[in-house]
Amino acid sequence: MRIERRLRQPRWLIVAVPAGSLVFAFFAAGLVLYATGHNALSSYRQIVDAAFLNSGAIGQTLTQATPLAFTGLAAAAAFRMRLFNIGAEGQLFMGAITADAAGLYLGGHGWPTALVIFAMVIAGCAGGAAWALIPGALRAFFKTNEIITSLMLNYVAAYVLTYLVFNTESYWRQTKGFNASVFPTSKTLPNDALWPSAMIHARGGIALPLGAGIAVLVAFLLWFLFTRTRFGFEAQVLGDSPRAAQYAGMRTRRKILAVMGISGAVAGLGGASQVGDFAHMLDADPNGLQKQYYGYTGIVVAALARYNPLAVVVVAFLIGALQNAGNTLQGADFPSGLVGVMQGIILFSALGGELLVRYRVRVGRTMPATEAA
Amino acid sequence: MNNSLLVVVLASGVAYGTPLLYGALGELLAERSGVLNLGVEGMMLVGAVMGFWTVQRLHADTALSLAAAVGVAALAGMAMAAIHAFLVITLRASQIVSGLALTIFAGAAGLSSYLGNDLNLADNPARHAFNAAVFPSSMQGWPIVGPIIFGQNVLVYASWVCVVGVSLYLSRTRLGLNVRAVGEAPASADAMGINVTAYRYAHTLAGGAFAGVAGATFTLAITPQWVSGITGGAGWIAIALVIFAFWRPALCLVGAYFFGALQALSPQLQARGINLGPTELWANSLPYVMTVVVLVFVSASGARRRLGAPASLGLPYVREER
Repeated sequence: MRIERRLRQPRWLIVAVPAGSLVFAFFAAGLVLYATGHNALSSYRQIVDAAFLNSGAIGQTLTQATPLAFTGLAAAAAFRMRLFNIGAEGQLFMGAITADAAGLYLGGHGWPTALVIFAMVIAGCAGGAAWALIPGALRAFFKTNEIITSLMLNYVAAYVLTYLVFNTESYWRQTKGFNASVFPTSKTLPNDALWPSAMIHARGGIALPLGAGIAVLVAFLLWFLFTRTRFGFEAQVLGDSPRAAQYAGMRTRRKILAVMGISGAVAGLGGASQVGDFAHMLDADPNGLQKQYYGYTGIVVAALARYNPLAVVVVAFLIGALQNAGNTLQGADFPSGLVGVMQGIILFSALGGELLVRYRVRVGRTMPATEAA
Repeated sequence: MNNSLLVVVLASGVAYGTPLLYGALGELLAERSGVLNLGVEGMMLVGAVMGFWTVQRLHADTALSLAAAVGVAALAGMAMAAIHAFLVITLRASQIVSGLALTIFAGAAGLSSYLGNDLNLADNPARHAFNAAVFPSSMQGWPIVGPIIFGQNVLVYASWVCVVGVSLYLSRTRLGLNVRAVGEAPASADAMGINVTAYRYAHTLAGGAFAGVAGATFTLAITPQWVSGITGGAGWIAIALVIFAFWRPALCLVGAYFFGALQALSPQLQARGINLGPTELWANSLPYVMTVVVLVFVSASGARRRLGAPASLGLPYVREER
């Protein structure tokens, strides 16, 4: 058996391989389930029911898919340039903190809803971008490995988030009322700062959150930026061949900062949507938002979408469905962690499948005369 | 004297640094052969959960069950590393993405948590654990060296043997020379008749075994119980340590105890009522912030290339394309 490089990558393979990986992943995860004494078929049946078929299931899937679309887009934007920003987790927390502050302050001062939401979006982007620019600047100016620094900052961001509500009487913490004196909680957003959603009257009502719409819009913007502008082209060249980019006179540092900033801003926007769309407060509980691992799952989403922003939206919906099923079914027949196992297997299969896109596997003994032994 | 802040922090720094040391030694072996494995955190967690499971379920005396637990943890780490090895060596996948995938697959929200839940491990403390009763208590009472050197458990002493072993292996043996050749210039190594694929597989797997033992250090020695995500980012600190140590085993030991002491410092300061600002925040995030700071210093010195990064680290070796 020999493996040779393909000169041209057929288009159908680019769709068929991720789809095939999904199928293979479900098969492999079935083996894990079977090996630990569960009935894989009934588990899958339950997943489909909980993710799509039950009343209200699609709405919950969208709730999970929206943050994954943001973190997936954040990862896709950076990974395209081979900037491995795995700090979307922390950037999302930071975006949530800043957006919540904006919503609490402006919503409480009688600003019109549209302006408050706009301000929350900007604040979320700024918070996420600022957090991402730390590893970005370290990479640009000191060549520090951004993988480790961005990851380390995830832990710091999580501690900041918890600290703001649990260990100090900060602006985000509810200090009045009986409940607040028993257990630390965060302030609820005023009504003017809540993000609206569109109702679709089907299958028991599906609420389309505003964040989902923003995510689709961002996906189109990123797609345009990376495929139709000079900026995107230069980022691509820098990723594929830093030396060629340098010889062509592209500004490496500036581009690293810009791409990290964009990536962080998109992740931060995910945090703003968490606050405005879903939680309506800062979810600082170490077992709440921090146990959803949206930032890390975003990497799975981006890799499966082959870093194509438009595909990220579709993949985010599918992985969101899986995540939703995992949350709903968690219990004795469906141990927590199973969803992470399945996501990992999906990613492994997509990575392995990449071989089929880039190379042709030939079985046979005929050797071309040109090849040296 | 042995209760002074410095001695206590150093003594527990050695204990906290041990999993970092094992993880870093394993990663160093893999990286010296040219394979970057970012899945250390995941491999550690699976090692931690499987080692703990062995201790809970195996009915044997303390020494035997602990030895078996370390063995099982090493095998579990190896099994995880095998996935990465197959993907990046045989299928030539991106080492960075595959390593991240391994951490997601095996990590705090993945296989380790699944196994911990499915095997019901979270409720009880470990039935057997490594304790510090290796040397007589009179020796442990000696000033300074007593707690720091003689007051540790077997895993700590074994890690010292590993440091010496890995160091001699890489610098003084034919096999070690071959490993370095494979990491620096796989095409030349191949031309010399060294089996690049076999060397890379072997050292990635060895890295997994070390990571598994590193995980077991948490569940069998430091906090003898199973909590999902118990390593808390130690795997990533171990990867940073390899860079910090310029790919040299002896420096890994120094770095591991430095980071271990940082982790030990915050609870000690809190316990002694020394307050420097918002304690809950900085005490918890100190090790992570310091990792970033140290990495910046190491990378800013521009010393990275000269001081040991294997030249073909992270690159797949494709014989047809050399």
